[in-house]
Amino acid sequence: MSAAISMAPTEQLKIVIVGHVDHGKSTFVGRLFHDTGSLPEGKLEQLQHIAERRGVPFEWANLMDALQSERDQNITIDTAQIWFQTQKRQYVIIDAPGHKEFLKNMVTGAANAEAALLVIDAHEGVQENSRRHGYLLNLLGIRQIAVLVNKMDLEDYSQARFQHVETEYRAWLKSIHVEPKVFIPIAAKQGDNIASRSAHTPWWTGPTVLETLDDFRVSEPPDGQPLRFPIQDVYRFDDRRILAGRVESGTIQVGDKLIFHPSNKTSSVKSIERWNVVGTAPAGAGESIGITLTEQIFVERGAIAAHETAPPYELTKFKARLFWLGRQPLQQGRSYKLKLATQEAEVALDALDRVLDASTLQVIQRPNGEALVARHEVAELTLRTKRPIAFDAVSEIIPTGRFVIVDGFDVAGGGIIVDDNYPRRTADSLHKSHDIYWSHGKVTTAQRAGRNSHAGCVVWFTGLSGSGKSTISTELERELFNLGKHAYVLDGDNIRHGLNSDLGFSPKDRKENIRRIGEVAKLFADAGLICITAFISPYRGDRDLVRQMLGPGQFIEVFVNAPMDLCERRDPKGLYAKAKAGQIKEFTGISAPYEAPEKPEIELRTDRLSVAESVTTILEYLNVLDTSGAVMI
Amino acid sequence: MPMDPLSKLENQSIYIFREAFNKFEHLAMLWSIGKDSTVLLWLARKAFFGHVPFPLVHVDTTYKIPSMIEYRDQLVREWKLELVVGKNEEVLRAGRTFPNGQATRVECCGTLKKDALKAVLDKHHFNGVIVGVRRDEEPTRAKERYFSPRDKNMEWNVADQPPELWDQFKTDFEKGAHIRIHPLLHWTELNIWEYIERENIPIIPLYFANGQGERYRSIGCFPCTFPIKSNARTVREIIEELRHTNTPERAGRAQDKESEDAFEKLRRDGYM
Ligand SMILES: Nc1nc2c(ncn2[C@@H]2O[C@H](COP(=O)(O)OP(=O)(O)O)[C@@H](O)[C@H]2O)c(=O)[nH]1
Ligand SMILES: [Mg+2]
Repeated sequence: MSAAISMAPTEQLKIVIVGHVDHGKSTFVGRLFHDTGSLPEGKLEQLQHIAERRGVPFEWANLMDALQSERDQNITIDTAQIWFQTQKRQYVIIDAPGHKEFLKNMVTGAANAEAALLVIDAHEGVQENSRRHGYLLNLLGIRQIAVLVNKMDLEDYSQARFQHVETEYRAWLKSIHVEPKVFIPIAAKQGDNIASRSAHTPWWTGPTVLETLDDFRVSEPPDGQPLRFPIQDVYRFDDRRILAGRVESGTIQVGDKLIFHPSNKTSSVKSIERWNVVGTAPAGAGESIGITLTEQIFVERGAIAAHETAPPYELTKFKARLFWLGRQPLQQGRSYKLKLATQEAEVALDALDRVLDASTLQVIQRPNGEALVARHEVAELTLRTKRPIAFDAVSEIIPTGRFVIVDGFDVAGGGIIVDDNYPRRTADSLHKSHDIYWSHGKVTTAQRAGRNSHAGCVVWFTGLSGSGKSTISTELERELFNLGKHAYVLDGDNIRHGLNSDLGFSPKDRKENIRRIGEVAKLFADAGLICITAFISPYRGDRDLVRQMLGPGQFIEVFVNAPMDLCERRDPKGLYAKAKAGQIKEFTGISAPYEAPEKPEIELRTDRLSVAESVTTILEYLNVLDTSGAVMI
Repeated sequence: MPMDPLSKLENQSIYIFREAFNKFEHLAMLWSIGKDSTVLLWLARKAFFGHVPFPLVHVDTTYKIPSMIEYRDQLVREWKLELVVGKNEEVLRAGRTFPNGQATRVECCGTLKKDALKAVLDKHHFNGVIVGVRRDEEPTRAKERYFSPRDKNMEWNVADQPPELWDQFKTDFEKGAHIRIHPLLHWTELNIWEYIERENIPIIPLYFANGQGERYRSIGCFPCTFPIKSNARTVREIIEELRHTNTPERAGRAQDKESEDAFEKLRRDGYM
């Protein structure tokens, strides 16, 4: 449906209509179409005829509420879209349902829009979903908002009433940091102040709705931002190997050196591919293109290409604001699928900061502190993915700063990634040494093992502070020494004195601390030593990284397992007391998570075993390995 | 500078095509020979760099305007397409059709199009079907999703559609269900013609006025599709005409008018 205007539209703007149920959204859309001459021929008569035949009053809303069930109940169930045109541009009007039950449909409509009209009934005033929708618009990234105070006819077009509603709703918007463009008094049913100024509101000197629409701006594509080119697919239909995708931000051109996350492989753009287009012009944000590379590296769907100078973050943990639409709540301990650009990863709720009712901003308290986000709630939380994913904070780059969560077969939630001092890869670490090979000397591993009568390996202790790591590790070292074995404990404090003296305790530095220890342990193992390490090393991902550095059977993970309350009672260094008093931040077990190993080689229940028994268990394990030949003691 | 509207539409459609191709092992595209499905075909070649890497399904009611079939076979040859034809032989043999006076228009659409489609999909185990419907065609289509699930009976649960945001589509679903993928959903009839003009896409001549002041605006089976009064003989003239008309596109489609919600019912049951 389009109005009779002969000029080709040079731009298009998508507007969503939101607000509480029955406040007149669909009526407004019907009337807007009528008053701008955009209704298709015969449509009005058809709708009037249907109403007459059914013996119900004619409703403008029936233009949009096309489903039989919608007309029967006089409500909008699903979002619908309709087109119209002004002298300035073409509009897509998206009508959204106002009922809380259909919030997923409202989100679907609104997520597509660039601007919003929020309708409030002047008589009923601000309601639950007036506020919730305002909050969600903001979360969905819609910054251009005008508020229509509707049904002014029911309030005798009273300026005082209008101002009352405006004052109340403005305060709400302010509390969620939204700056509305304008409030307009209208009566959708009568067409007041929609396409022309109404005689009923002589006090109103502001714009009509139509003028306000034309005042909204079409957003600029994020061409000037750092390049993000998520790979959708790799095609080999002919002799070209084309990486297909859409430029989400920035620009890309022939000759650009790209780095692909998460593999960190690099290559250069050989050509930009488009079908039925001559030339190989640079591609900007929003363009669905293909590229070929100068070097054939392995890249698959989910990789994100960026320029080396401005890479995305690449981590397994991020902070987000999320809305939940799923029938089942989002729960801790369950795993879900995260979709971010073209990446997919297993994800779990790591920590829940707060859950909010988006219509009141009230913090929701669960009876026994249960960590869950129920349907239609919003939350501030930390998510943890099973493998590192590439992302940006939404404040920096929008398309790679938002995600959805799939529960079973259904998209059950969406969210935006908020700022949190994420460690950025340095240019140095990106230039990681693809051309450096491990150099082999003239003495082999087998020769060393023969001389020592045992092979090198890493015995990696992990567990809570106070679980017994240090005690057992030093005892183990002494036993091995007495048995004539070459063993050495890598001590945390010693390492921090020298090698890692440049590192602090931020998550980034902790990760780097473990990485370096892993590297040193690996060298020791290569030298033929039994290298023992005793660090809390709370993150599974970090430990697995070390496991991957080493050969099969060389990494022996020892889970020193004691119940939290026992560790706390032991508290050899008085740390738990300090952490509880808030004097130590991010203390594992108290204010920072500990991820127990899933399949440790050895588990020591130190609440049941004596130190000697624990040491024996490990010695036995090392002897057991003897038969398989990996470690001979 | 903002991208021009046609390029925006095109880029979005290509994105959807590529998502579909990546996510569905058994993908097919419906091809009705009309302007929309020909634009769809063009966009597929854009998305896949000149290739159409999945079969096209044409549901043949045997009542199509004859030049449609000629045009179909010509493009299949020229563009090297893989074509699968679906037909409801049983109903046709028994003659239970509208033109034979043995069915209403809506029943006839139900058996010759909808049931025939279901049979082809089942036979070839297609679980993703690309269809060229647009939101501006008709009010229930205005509520469609880009990735729209159908259950094992091909039914559309319009009251409970999946959320769709930020180009993250529904690509996980139960066995037996299938997904309709709608890469043209956000286009209007006028956009289609503007794009045909910009890209020089070959279109079946039925859309152009024949010298007797008539042309088809929407094409389908000859017993149920009627030409409109028009003198538009070129794409340019059609664009000019559309910019000045207020008549809905499917006005020449008789089956939509049998009852108030005839079309909604057809679509809920699995019609395109
Ligand atoms: N008096 C009056 N009634 C209105 C006005 N706008 C809408 N309504 C009525 O409010 C009811 C709900 O309208 P509808 O558009 O379906 O609301 P929605 O749920 O926000 O889409 C309908 O009965 C409309 O006729 C108005 O400006 N004045
Ligand atoms: Mg409504």
